[in-house]
Parts: sequence; structure tokens; C-alpha cells
Amino acid sequence: QAKYKERGTVLAEDQLAQMSKQLDTFRTNLEEFASKHKQEIRKNPEFRVQFQDMCATIGVDPLASGKGFWSEMLGVGDFYYELGVQIIEVCLALKHRNGGLITLEELHQQVLKGRGKFAQDVSQDDLLRAIKKLKVLGSGFGLIPVGGTFLVQSVPAELNMDHTVVLQLAEKKGFVTVSEIRASLRWETERARQVLEHLLKEGMAWLDTQAPDEPQFWLPALFTELHSQEITPEEAKEAIP
Amino acid sequence: MDRFSWTTGLLELGETLVVQQRGVRLSDGEEKVKFDSGVLLLSTHRLIWRDQKNHECCMAVPLSQIVFIEEQAAGIGKSAKIVVHLHPASSNKEPGPFQSSKYSYIKLSFKEHGQIEFYRRLSEEITQRRWESIPTGQAMQVKRGSQAGRIRAVGIVGIERKLEEKRKETDKNISEAFEDLSKLMEKAKEMVELSKSIANKIKEKQGDITEDETIRFKSYLLSMGIANPVTRETYGSGTQYHMQLAKQLAGILQTPLEERGGIMSLTEVYCLVNRARGLELLSPEDLVNACKMLESLKLPLRLRIFDSGVMVIELQSHNEEEMVAAALETVSEKGSLTADEFAKLVGMSVLLAKERLLLAEKMGHLCRDDSVEGLRFYPNLFLTQS
Repeated sequence: QAKYKERGTVLAEDQLAQMSKQLDTFRTNLEEFASKHKQEIRKNPEFRVQFQDMCATIGVDPLASGKGFWSEMLGVGDFYYELGVQIIEVCLALKHRNGGLITLEELHQQVLKGRGKFAQDVSQDDLLRAIKKLKVLGSGFGLIPVGGTFLVQSVPAELNMDHTVVLQLAEKKGFVTVSEIRASLRWETERARQVLEHLLKEGMAWLDTQAPDEPQFWLPALFTELHSQEITPEEAKEAIP
Repeated sequence: MDRFSWTTGLLELGETLVVQQRGVRLSDGEEKVKFDSGVLLLSTHRLIWRDQKNHECCMAVPLSQIVFIEEQAAGIGKSAKIVVHLHPASSNKEPGPFQSSKYSYIKLSFKEHGQIEFYRRLSEEITQRRWESIPTGQAMQVKRGSQAGRIRAVGIVGIERKLEEKRKETDKNISEAFEDLSKLMEKAKEMVELSKSIANKIKEKQGDITEDETIRFKSYLLSMGIANPVTRETYGSGTQYHMQLAKQLAGILQTPLEERGGIMSLTEVYCLVNRARGLELLSPEDLVNACKMLESLKLPLRLRIFDSGVMVIELQSHNEEEMVAAALETVSEKGSLTADEFAKLVGMSVLLAKERLLLAEKMGHLCRDDSVEGLRFYPNLFLTQS
């Protein structure tokens, strides 16, 4: 019994020592890689996607910690964490208008504007990855798939499958009516009403009672051409109390 | 090196790009020159070298000047090279970096590989001598007054060539970077497997890992970005790093918290801390993991999670339940308030204002009126007026 246990101890300790050595070697390899290709990661969004996918495949999260090797040596961490800050600021600045829902496209535009001419290029994939990391902060960051793209949620509002489906329906025209929901989704009026009321309460939908046939529920998040107000980076910063 | 002429680097009409390679150093015969790091381009007509740092420094030699070429294999600490033997410069050659040279050959050092391919293509072009059959026109030239001597090619052709150049360069760089990345990932994968094995041993209690060793193991996982397979906790929570971070945060956040009524959401903290840092930013998980340790380290701040999932940092001295009493007074004074209105009155973020009102409701002090016009809170008269 005792002997078996002893061997077990040695094995585990050995492996730990082995891991320590391998870690040192890996660190050196990564440094070399960084010296040659760090620019590639900085400048090339497609390469970043490849990089992230490969990490995911082998079970490694390069963005888990700013203290990780990947972050330290390739600078990927700072890139995404700073992007996270910019995303939070944009969402906060526009929340009063769209209730905490914004299309990925609009978010992308606003973030690029805030970053200025000389900053690195940022792709939509980059935004998605940054947002996924922000979830853990508990303020309700989430992604809702609509019409081939995403709506970014930045408030802790409860949005279940029913709400998501109605948002997807509204994506085509920017608004939706009870009749449309009944026709497309085969729901009863009451169910449609409840969902729309919830979106109204959360400030994500606005009610147009003057529409010709029946009230229309508009989603400001989906207004693309109607943007008149431009948020400057200063305004965005001020939005954080 | 006296065979080179300065050039804009733009290809001429009729001239086609064959291959290009980054990281090439030029040598004048056996002597090093200052052209240390550049992109070498081979076209149907010329050999062009452009400095990687200073794109205006660009020179070319016509392929017709080449007598023959040789390969020089790489050695220890030496890159592979191509030696290019050249005819003497013609008398009407355009000015270049060197007026004269004692060598009749130059060396191209391929510091970032690519020598084999380049040699093959260069041999082909020298054999085919395409420059003899394809006449090149000069691209249209417009002299800019303010930049004396700088010539720009105008027109679609010039632009297209530049784009193709860029694309090819990008592709080449990517494929090499990708190769190197794949090799790196193989090694990383080994580490992941090893960590799983160690974790299994810990789980099955095969061998007493001391606490010190556990801490070491966690920090290895953190470095590699591997999820902790033993506890299933998010990446390396509870490491030394997070403990230190927690202590730092306690220092950094004291004043901001006091300025904001003793409470801040975690997203606010994330932005504040990272904006202040500028570099070496914290990941969201770093922040959460550090905050989870605040209480156990007996620091003057704590992490609190509301029912809604909203996470905040509070000063220990802050008592949200007491704030609720104050909130009740405010609401009573105004009759009723929405989260937005309350936030404006008190000077809080809407997010936290809402949480306070919800808490007040939970404690029975407030009632809600939930309509399409918004969520409004009233003093709970059922409780007070019995």
C-alpha cells in the first residue's frame, strides 16, 4: 500500500517538474515567434482568426489572463482588453437611445470612429471575441444572432427565446407588428403582446401608434440610415460616471 | 552595388511581378552595406529592393545586367544567400546608392527564408528573358512640386499593381507565419495533455501534491491559458497573481469608490483600471478572479453579486441596506420614481440605481408599477399603512 502511494507521489512531482521545463522552452519558442510575427497578429485580422481558432482547437484560451504568455508576448491581450473598454463605452453612450441593444455593424463603426485614423484595424470577429470575454463581468453583455449578423446586448435584461425570435423578425424592416408575429410565428395575440411589451419596458422598442394599419414596434438598434447623432469619443468617455 | 538605380518601386506597364520576399539584406560583394532589411521583388524586367522601414528607399537593377547567379547554403548563424554576378554598369545608368564599387557581384541574404523559391524564379526569369519581348512603357509621371524628385504613377494600372503587391506580400507572410504558428501550437498541445495528466493524478489523489506545488501548477495553467481541470474554476483562479492583484485593486479603487457613493459596477471598474494602466491590461477574468479574493484577504472592499447577475464592488463600510432607507425617503418625497429618474436625482449610474430600487423592493419598502411606460417604484403603503 505504502509503496504504491509513494510511487504515485514521485510520478506527479516528476510531471510537474517536466511541465516546468517545458514551460520554459515554450516561452522561448513563443518569444521567437513573437519577434518574427507579432506584427502579423497586430495588423492582420484574418491571421488573428486563424490564431484564435487554433488555440481553441487545442484547448487554450489566449485571452484568459493578461498574465498569460500569449498576452505578454504577442500583445493579443492588450488588443482585446482595450477593445473591451471601447465597446463598453460605446454601448453606454448609446444606451439611452437603443435600450442596450445595438447591431454589430453600428458598434463596429462607432468603435472605429473612436479609435481614430492611426489605430490598428479592428474586425467584427475581433469585436465578437472581446464581447464574449466581457460576459464574465456580469453586466449583461451578450450576443443575439439576427439575420446573418448579431445584436449586441449590453444590459442585464432578460431576453429569452421568444424575445430573440421577435428581434430576428423585426430585423428586416426595423419594426414589427402584432399581425406579422401572428402570421410568421403562428403565435396567439397575447403571447406576441407580452413579448413586445417587455421590449418596450426595457427601452429596446419604441411604439408608433400613428402607423396606418396598426401600431408598429420599432427597434432603434436597427435604425441604420436614421442616425443623426454622432457620439464623439469625449461624449463616450463622459458616459461613464 | 553600383549597378543599382533609385526607383519608385512601382512596376511599369508591361512589367509583371513574379515573386517577392521580405527580410533580405544586400551586400556589396563581401562587404556589408546599410541596406539591412528590405523586401526583394523580382519582376519580369528588374530586381527591386525596398527598405522595410523607409519605403522611399527603393532601388532596382535590370535583369539584363545579370551575368549569372549562384546559391550559397545557410550555415550556423548565417542565412542562405544568392550571389548575383553583374555586367558593368552602363554609362547612362540612372543614379543609385553607389557611384562605384570594387566588386562585380552582390549578395542577397535571406534572413527570413524564401531563398530557394526566389532562386528558382530568378533562374527562370534569367533563362526566359521576358524583358526582351515585352516592351515597357513608362507609367504616367506627375511631379509634385513640394516633394522634389519624387515621381508618382497615376492611373488604374499603378494602383492595381500596388494592391497585388500588397496582397502577395501579405499571403507570403501569412503562410510563413502560419507554418510557424502550427509548430508552436503542436508544442502547446503537448502542454495541455501534460496538464490534464497531472490534474488527473491530483483528482485521484495519486500522490500528495503539496500546497506549494498546487499553487505552482495553477500558475502554469494561468501562463498557458489552460482551464483548471481539477476545480473547473475559470482559469487559474486563486493564484498568487490574483492575490497580488486584489491587494492592488484595494489601493487603486478606494478613492474612486468614495467618490461614487461607495459602490461601482464591475464594468466601471474594468474600464477605470484599464484606462489607468494603458499597458499590460487586465482581462475581464483577471478582474473577476481577483475580486473574488477580496473578502478572504480581508481587504476593505468586497465583491457583491445581485440577483440580476450584476456584479459590483463595494467598500466594506458601504451598507447597501442603509442606502435603501435613504432611497425610500427620496422616492416618498417624489411620490414615485423610475430607475432613470432616481439615477439622475442621486447622481448614480442607471444600472446601480435600478439595483438599489430592486433591493428596496425585495426588502419590502417599495412597490413596483410595471407598465409599458416603464418600471416605476412607489413606497410600499401596504406595509406602512396597516
